Amino acid sequence: MEENVLISMRDITKTFPGVTALDHAELTLRKGEIHALMGENGAGKSTIIKCLTGVYERDAGEISMDGVEGNIFNHSTQDAQKIGIATVYQEVNLCPNLSIAENLFIGREPRKKSGMIDWKTMRRKAQQIMDDLKISVNVSNVLENCSLAIQQMVAIARAVDMNCRLLILDEPTSSLDDNEVAKLFALMRSLKEKGVGILFVTHFLDQVYEVCDRITVMRNGKFVGEYPIADLPRVKLVAAMLGKDLDDLSSIKPEGGKTSGSDVVVEAENLSHKGTIKPFDFKIHKGEVVGLTGLLGSGRSEMVRCIFGADKAQTGTLKMHGKELKANAPIDSIKAGMGFLPDDRKLDGCIGDLSVRENIILALQARQGMFHTLPKSKQNELADKYIDMLQIKTASRETPLKQLSGGNQQKVILARWLCTGPDFLILDEPTRGIDIGTKTEFQKLVLKFASEGMSVVFISSEIEEMLRTCSRMCVMRDGAKVGEIEGDMTQESVMSAIAGGDAK
Amino acid sequence: MSSVKQNIKKITKMRLFFPIFCMILVLLINLIKSSAFFKVAVNNGVLYGRLIDIINRGSEIAILAVGQTLVVAVSAGTDISVGSVMSLAACGCCTMLAGYGVNSATSLAMPMIAGMIGGILLGGLCGAFNGVLVANLKIQPMVATLILYTAARAVGLVLCNNQITYIRYEPYKYLGNFIPGVPIPTAIFITAAVIAVITIFLRKTSLGLYIQSVGVNARASNISGINSKLICFVCYLICGLCAGIAGIVASSRIYSADSNNIGLNFELDSILAVALGGNSLAGGKFSMAGSIIGAYTIQAITTTLLAMGVSTDQAPVVKAIIVILIVAIQAPALRAWMEGRAARKLAAEKAAGQAHAGKEAV
Repeated sequence: MEENVLISMRDITKTFPGVTALDHAELTLRKGEIHALMGENGAGKSTIIKCLTGVYERDAGEISMDGVEGNIFNHSTQDAQKIGIATVYQEVNLCPNLSIAENLFIGREPRKKSGMIDWKTMRRKAQQIMDDLKISVNVSNVLENCSLAIQQMVAIARAVDMNCRLLILDEPTSSLDDNEVAKLFALMRSLKEKGVGILFVTHFLDQVYEVCDRITVMRNGKFVGEYPIADLPRVKLVAAMLGKDLDDLSSIKPEGGKTSGSDVVVEAENLSHKGTIKPFDFKIHKGEVVGLTGLLGSGRSEMVRCIFGADKAQTGTLKMHGKELKANAPIDSIKAGMGFLPDDRKLDGCIGDLSVRENIILALQARQGMFHTLPKSKQNELADKYIDMLQIKTASRETPLKQLSGGNQQKVILARWLCTGPDFLILDEPTRGIDIGTKTEFQKLVLKFASEGMSVVFISSEIEEMLRTCSRMCVMRDGAKVGEIEGDMTQESVMSAIAGGDAK
Repeated sequence: MSSVKQNIKKITKMRLFFPIFCMILVLLINLIKSSAFFKVAVNNGVLYGRLIDIINRGSEIAILAVGQTLVVAVSAGTDISVGSVMSLAACGCCTMLAGYGVNSATSLAMPMIAGMIGGILLGGLCGAFNGVLVANLKIQPMVATLILYTAARAVGLVLCNNQITYIRYEPYKYLGNFIPGVPIPTAIFITAAVIAVITIFLRKTSLGLYIQSVGVNARASNISGINSKLICFVCYLICGLCAGIAGIVASSRIYSADSNNIGLNFELDSILAVALGGNSLAGGKFSMAGSIIGAYTIQAITTTLLAMGVSTDQAPVVKAIIVILIVAIQAPALRAWMEGRAARKLAAEKAAGQAHAGKEAV
């Protein structure tokens, strides 16, 4: 074993019913390095991490760690924590109903001599931890009232405080804005200096090149290679992930969705929802792709929720195809021809225990009504069609949705809406936590739908992605729509509009 | 041989395997204890025997389990008022038939069928009340149904003017006993009808899909166009109606409305039936067949204990032990552990075999 190696995984194999998730995968991590683990959805990144941390038990393979005797078998995350492996997962796994301090110390609460929990000490220590990490927050706040970003930071703070030698960050930055990402990176660098090994899983290439020292690439559950960052330019990285030379990503032209015709599909006037979004006007034409841009919490999601009727609008009118639409519940909007892929996949999208088939036909079935059940053959046909069309990786159409990887779950939910053949489709962060190959696919799909006459609202935190797909953008700031940009959009012009420069 | 093994494995993986297995186990124990267990005789023109007794007496639990399954699936909570609602439905029915304040009626104040439907609707009303509390006011199911758990029985007593109202009218006894000329207990037909109606409804409409979807993730279901509140309400309504029907059957057995005793502790048996059927009390996916098998298993245990001469006071203790065993067999943790043990054993055997082969080669 070479010097300085912290952890080494060899020939790791793991199978699930019908799927080989890991096939002789490898991973080597050295002390004091930030190591990126890259791969497409379903490449096995999450699985190899779960094998390491004891969430899954591997079928075969060896794991050795510096300072720990023999082959390591972690049977639970607690086992992993004992030897200094801590994980912050893609989706925050904390207790939303407890305070930040309680979440930081859950399972290891400071106690008084009497055995009672010492709340004062807990709060003081918690505040100290958060202050050290320069996260300004009151630790008595209940976690679910904090933004997703803060929740993520709390999860990381908890891991950091547990004296970990290996910190695994699985998509930690998906829900953070740039400022918070910078803070996290500063934290990661300081941990690195202390000799902590950090395994960083992300889909943001920029971030990889900004902070990482080494990259391990996986594909289809197999180890592709390990490269020092300097030896692997972006194009090569993407090629390694996809297993082919990618026709340059920028080949998708920003010609998508010209403002074709004058057919207005959806028109909102003075729509608002108290406490989340101030009154706004909005108009979209047939075959148009409109982007909503703004910082995290600027009201992007709230605006589309209001249009869709997930949050009932309290003022204003909404017209669809020129007719007024009074949406009391999402079903009214669906009947009028809307579709809505929500931002929080876990909470608002997935019905985890139901099968892929049931998840796909759900919205169509709801629109048809309870007494007009789709025949089983039709259901199967629809499910197969979309599994094929969107290349959903699943063992079968009867597999429970929760067994699929994140990106594939997202595709299933997209299929749910495509099934209903909507005229107007809202996509709220459809590509969050999705690998670059699928991202490009999603973007191509959006442009394809638009060319077939569908109107699409597209929300993404990545401006680049929106520039590629949208012909017009609405700029959101502090819960209000502050302007629109059209025509020659560049990254700079959009950024300045978001930041509060002069939005034209 | 390996195909036999595989087949066995396939069967044990099936969802209903354990509920059926437990049921058979209970019946087998009975058979060993007394060989006359499965004997069905004809006495006075009606079927007679312990097996018939179990199916007959298990009717109320089975009917309750149908409604309870839906409630558990949709709201990840239980309706603990069903026993009391049974009693209220029975009291309502008897009071309507006898007239208020009449202690013992030999002639009816209104057509029998109207009184019975009235009693069932009273159950439905209770279900609707629970439904509004849970679906619209978002009160936890246990707390919401606790209200009627305490109140319904008392309301029934008030309806009966604080006495036991007897209906000494022969046809009223048919439901809980026999219709002249038919050898099979009437309650069995009623249960079969309830199960059939619900099953057909779940199969032919998308209600089953909706219930499971709402049970797994109500928010996501709502965004997908399902009226989560309405679906939740409907489940509680159905549960109330089922309790009403069970109440009428129970009342007919004793041709009276004994407010204090009808449906006593039945809510626990109905919840247990759902659990024994392999359904998760955390909601979501459900198996109606499992719950019904669970209901008859409970009745089989009860009947067996009474037949073995265990006194009514001590029976619950033995019942509890049996239930612990059955639930433990089905617990995923225990099953995973046993499977893991079998796998390790297999691996050890393989390793031993290989070592042996290696030695022979030398």
